Amino acid sequence: MTEIFGVPTQALFGQLLIGLINGSFYALLSLGLAVIFGLLNIINFTHGAQYMMGAFVAYLLTAKLGLGYWWSLAIVPLIVGATGIVIERLMLSKLYKLDHLYGLLLTFGLALIIQGLFRNEYGTSGLPYSMPEALSGGHNLGFMFLPNYRAWVIVASLIVCGATWFIIEKTKLGSYLRAATENPALVQAFGINVPRMITLTYGFGVALAAFAGVMAAPIYQVSPQMGADLIIVVFAVVVIGGMGSILGSILTGFSLGVVEGLTKVFYPEASNTVIFVIMAIVLMIKPAGLFGAQK
Amino acid sequence: MPREQKIALAVMAALFALAPLAVYPVFLMKAMCFALFACAFNLLIGFGGLLSFGHAMFLGTAGYAAAHAAKVWGFQPQFAILFGTACAALLGLVTGLIAIRRQGIYFAMTTLALSQMIYFFYLQTPFTHGEDGIQAVPRGMLFGVIDLSNVWAMYITVFVIFIAGFLLTYRVIHSPFGQVLKAIRENEPRAISLGYDVNRYKLLAYLLSATLAGAAGATKALVFQLASLTDVHWSMSGEVVLMTLLGGLGTVFGPVAGAFIVITMENYLAQIGAWVTISEGVIFVICVLAFRRGVIGELGGWLKKAL
Repeated sequence: MTEIFGVPTQALFGQLLIGLINGSFYALLSLGLAVIFGLLNIINFTHGAQYMMGAFVAYLLTAKLGLGYWWSLAIVPLIVGATGIVIERLMLSKLYKLDHLYGLLLTFGLALIIQGLFRNEYGTSGLPYSMPEALSGGHNLGFMFLPNYRAWVIVASLIVCGATWFIIEKTKLGSYLRAATENPALVQAFGINVPRMITLTYGFGVALAAFAGVMAAPIYQVSPQMGADLIIVVFAVVVIGGMGSILGSILTGFSLGVVEGLTKVFYPEASNTVIFVIMAIVLMIKPAGLFGAQK
Repeated sequence: MPREQKIALAVMAALFALAPLAVYPVFLMKAMCFALFACAFNLLIGFGGLLSFGHAMFLGTAGYAAAHAAKVWGFQPQFAILFGTACAALLGLVTGLIAIRRQGIYFAMTTLALSQMIYFFYLQTPFTHGEDGIQAVPRGMLFGVIDLSNVWAMYITVFVIFIAGFLLTYRVIHSPFGQVLKAIRENEPRAISLGYDVNRYKLLAYLLSATLAGAAGATKALVFQLASLTDVHWSMSGEVVLMTLLGGLGTVFGPVAGAFIVITMENYLAQIGAWVTISEGVIFVICVLAFRRGVIGELGGWLKKAL
């Protein structure tokens, strides 16, 4: 068997793949956080719970209605996004004039409620969610075995991230959005319905989290706690990247996933903490984050 | 100290002094430890405007350090508590230097991430015994003469530590240092232009808060004779935010009241499992949407006095 730095290539590429998968989720989730933060100035602590809801709704659609993975992928973001819109209208919209920290506290409380409710109903043990037929199996690339579903996750999240970037940076809608981020009052004066745009933006960010949740369901088990620890890592990713740039969020997400995967190969004890250590170092050297602008 | 605060202090001290006649003392000791923890947290957010979402790391670190010192090294309880507190202070210095480089929401996220890192460290390092925690920590002989396994001796010790910590935070808040902190909270650029080294003030506030949180954690470890991962977990950080928010951010007595309410609630809801989390979440939402001054803040507003 061939080795690189004393590590079998199989193990190395295997962990790289896992790193890329994790990176896909970091990228999707931090992208959602960045989009929401850009317009609402709120850090959405509920993001992890909404990711978990995505996985659970997919599970329930299959269990109760017999709808498969592909249906879920299309419907679940709409359903969970709609709950996000309700949350924004009923609660978050009351907070825009206050200190931003209240948004963080409110969404933290919501995350506790949602996770608690699901835990009451389904317990803490994970529920299995089967992979779609079309994506089972895999390919042998010679140096490693690549399961089809994992390849799909990476490609799909790249496409979704790319599409989000395109919408925000290259379309007219996106330019409204960026303008409203800079100066909402002026954009409103031009006759654009800014409150509705804010509502839809929150719904979109939540839908991204739910989309990630559906994609995660066949890989990780569906459980009420699946988003709780993940969101803290995503926060660290966001601090490292800085939320100023869409492309920055995507790039930081993927590369930190890979770094984490490589740490698992070379120094497994640190694999849980490596992202936090990187965060501390980045804060010391470049406090605004790699892609952020210091305000 | 204004008259109404003197009265409130006397009432609070009397309540904690007399309550063990009617209420289970271990429960009260737990409440006092958390009250001190919440006071420490309030020093940072209520007066410095810095929301730390990782304060559990200080509570837990001090707990582990004190428990290890008392059990493995055979420290006397006062030295175990001092050692635990010193460890929390050291951790406060290191994490403070990193965290104060960002403000507002980023500060909250950074402290949360740092405390998660500490959590994983304790999960893996052998001296904490992982999921089991450090169990059967001896309470020992205070100053070599007072046997703390007697519940009343322990109660008085906790009471003294709590009142001393409380008075210390009071003193800090009302010192020139505390006034500068408030100025920074209200208008940071202005404070800078007045010539204050803002980062040094923030770091000192953070350090003080970490130290007091450590004192609470070390004491708690001796009371329960246990140091476990629960005290380092992010949900503990969330809990202290809840206590302070519910009692009233930036009030003197709010954190104590908030801690007492939350601990009582947990005590009664503990039998029905996940409902504790759900009700905590609901309180968060209600406090943020409708009740931002908290219990003591509302009471003070009603009496037109600062409590």
